[in-house]
Amino acid sequence: MRFMTIYTDVERDTPPSQEEIEAMGNLIGEMSNAGVLIRTDGLQHSKRGARVHITDDGKFSITDGPFTESKEVVGGYAIIEVASKAEAIEWTKRFLKVVGRGTSEIRLMHEQAAFDVDPAQPSLHNTANRA
Amino acid sequence: MSDVNSAIDAVWRIESAKVIASLARITGDVGLAEDLAQDALLAALEKWPQQGIPDNPGAWLMATAKHRAIDMHRRSKLLERKHEEMVPELEERQELSVSDLDTALDDDIGDDLLRLMFTACHPVLSTDARVAMTLRMLGGLTTDEIARAFLVPEPTVAQRIVRAKRTLSEARVPFEVPRGTDRDDRLSSVLGVLYLIFNEGYSATAGDDWIRPALCEDAMRLGRILAELAPNEPEVHGLIALMEIQASRLRARTGPKGEPILLLDQDRGRWDRLLIRRGLAALDRAERLGGERGPYVLQAAIAACHARARTAEETDWERIVALYDALAELTPSPIVELNRAVAVSFAYGPATALELVDGLQSEPSLKNYHLLPSVRGDLLMKLKRFGEAKPEFERAASMTRNSRERALLLERMRACELEIQPETNRVSNN
Repeated sequence: MRFMTIYTDVERDTPPSQEEIEAMGNLIGEMSNAGVLIRTDGLQHSKRGARVHITDDGKFSITDGPFTESKEVVGGYAIIEVASKAEAIEWTKRFLKVVGRGTSEIRLMHEQAAFDVDPAQPSLHNTANRA
Repeated sequence: MSDVNSAIDAVWRIESAKVIASLARITGDVGLAEDLAQDALLAALEKWPQQGIPDNPGAWLMATAKHRAIDMHRRSKLLERKHEEMVPELEERQELSVSDLDTALDDDIGDDLLRLMFTACHPVLSTDARVAMTLRMLGGLTTDEIARAFLVPEPTVAQRIVRAKRTLSEARVPFEVPRGTDRDDRLSSVLGVLYLIFNEGYSATAGDDWIRPALCEDAMRLGRILAELAPNEPEVHGLIALMEIQASRLRARTGPKGEPILLLDQDRGRWDRLLIRRGLAALDRAERLGGERGPYVLQAAIAACHARARTAEETDWERIVALYDALAELTPSPIVELNRAVAVSFAYGPATALELVDGLQSEPSLKNYHLLPSVRGDLLMKLKRFGEAKPEFERAASMTRNSRERALLLERMRACELEIQPETNRVSNN
């Protein structure tokens, strides 16, 4: 099961401390070693971003960051492949323990695989597929 | 399942392999280590629902299992004294104090996990046993989950595991990472087990228990763990690349009604780009490590040719043929030859490929392999030899056990018939 975890928190403009970087590095290492971490990244300050909105009549409105009107902003994400939602929660708890604040939203990704073909029985075109 | 129980389950998935691996090094017995770890799990199931989940659940499991190990050690020492047996060698081994156990447990866990992988896939075990042991010891799956995934009764799997533990113990299989010439063979056994697990998941069908397709993820997860433990083995990265690139097509291989969609007809927009990127990166890592390319690296390279082509027409068939040449040299088999012939048909035309396929006609191992007539029929059809193609499809249809594929083959047979009829008319008109 592939989950995206989206971390939100009150935005701060101070770079993480050496200890924070180290602790996060350790966790990322642990998650990689466990084979669950597919991808992760932190997001830079919202002042370097923008919000793009489409109105009902099809017009765009673009608001440059920072997103001062929002109490919390997305600060980072991770894509993990785990056996259950409970496992995603467990890893997220470990993540939040390292950052010490904020909220993580855990969302199942829409990668519903189609398990309908017997690939052990390939036909001409997909023989190469199997090898 | 209650929230606490599913949380315990999750912790077990994450931590069990590490606990078992550490205990196996201390006790020198994988079976015993697993029993001790299971005891710790039972203790957690008993205590956590009331006391709440501890702050560091992994450490809790490890400490509990460790205490059981110490208890057992003391008891066995008592027994030993009763029997007044003083086997010096054994004594030396068991002369472990509590602090020794502490140090031993805190040592590098990675080495222990690698030892556990090699032990679970040891050649004294049957393939079935290796698969069961790997999923149970390293994947954290329960016996019931393994049974459901492999469509066998639970007692069969339970027995398989009990026997495997006994076999390892009786054969005195050392808990170690093999070195020297042995290492390559042992590593290919580990890789073979992971690929087998992956393929079992890959062959799951829509009606199956979710646990079957999840085997693909289990295999990829174990592969990634192995890659971190043995980062300098190109074949490990090759296997990961192969699995990830194949898994990237899972979504695209069936149509809305569940009908199979062949590789060249798939909507490449539905391929999972994230997995493709990871797969290509793993292949790149394997190739940068250098050395002679092994079977997994070669197969991954073939899969990568398809992954890199934005459309079916862009496929680099000549490169695929060259990779099959190398694969056939390394692991010669009629199936590889047949796959190679298919690639040849795209690279150099159906006539050349037909010669190769005709050379395989008397191959005993392909006698009941429906793809042989299926491929031959396709090549003959491309050469507009419909009269000869028709019986090939008919034969292939009678040999496949997959109903959807049979329908496809019969359809092609009828297409040949339609082509033959005007020909016959022409003949009679003349």
